[in-house]
Amino acid sequence: MFTLGLIGLLVRRNIIFILMSLEVMLNAAGLAFVVAGSRWGAPDGQIVFIFILAMAAAEVSVGLALVLQIYHRFKTLDADAASEMKG
Amino acid sequence: MDAIFYISAAVAILATFLMLTRMNAVHALLYLVVSLLAVALVFYTLGAPFVAVLEVIIYAGAIMVLFVFVVMMLNLGRQASLQECEWQRPGMWVGPAILAAILIAEVATVMMRGHTRIPEAAVVGPQAVSLSLFGPYLIGVELASMLLLGGLVGAYHLGRRTKEKRESQNNVVIGADAARSAPGGDLVHAGSDRTAGSA
Repeated sequence: MFTLGLIGLLVRRNIIFILMSLEVMLNAAGLAFVVAGSRWGAPDGQIVFIFILAMAAAEVSVGLALVLQIYHRFKTLDADAASEMKG
Repeated sequence: MDAIFYISAAVAILATFLMLTRMNAVHALLYLVVSLLAVALVFYTLGAPFVAVLEVIIYAGAIMVLFVFVVMMLNLGRQASLQECEWQRPGMWVGPAILAAILIAEVATVMMRGHTRIPEAAVVGPQAVSLSLFGPYLIGVELASMLLLGGLVGAYHLGRRTKEKRESQNNVVIGADAARSAPGGDLVHAGSDRTAGSA
């Protein structure tokens, strides 16, 4: 699933899809953590997954606010539109 | 229980793959929600019911809803779907697919070379998780709350859209507060242009 998210991240140009592929990657990494925790019978995997969840929530909120700003300025959701560094 | 694990894992992978290939953003979001629900079921079969419920409530219930809100707010329409069709040429998928296939092959060989027995899934209930959260991982909880606060403030600040002040508008409207000028400008103060007297 991580590689699927990575492919999606690299291929799509729409920023929304890039963020969605990022979510898939985060979820896949969390899944690996929970599997590891379940294998050793320790709650640490689930705890790390809770932290990943909190981090993903914060990242999604800030990322979507940035997407709104980009859409407001460039009038498009193309990730290549924001390729200039000049403010 | 094993059948449930394999079926839901297959559903998760299939839903993720379908999500990547959609042209419409809302369709892709729905497939992503399905994928998250399937992963929650996988968590349950692994003996982590607390995390399964958390995934459904927070990930599929809050984060994805946020995505849906933003996509609906952007109001992309049919023209954006056609634009996606133009952007996605089939030749684009070859490069990343090759690299990702190499990665999958690496992971598969590492897994084949390691432990060959299927790990038994110990049920780690919510009590053990919460005891561990309040004990050794307390610092992590505090840091996560600070991160969420930072994310909240950042999202609020980035979500504001202040228009440039138009001088003529300020001269015409008598007694209007500048923060209540245009509903379309500031997302946070959008509804505050209704005064009590203008019901």
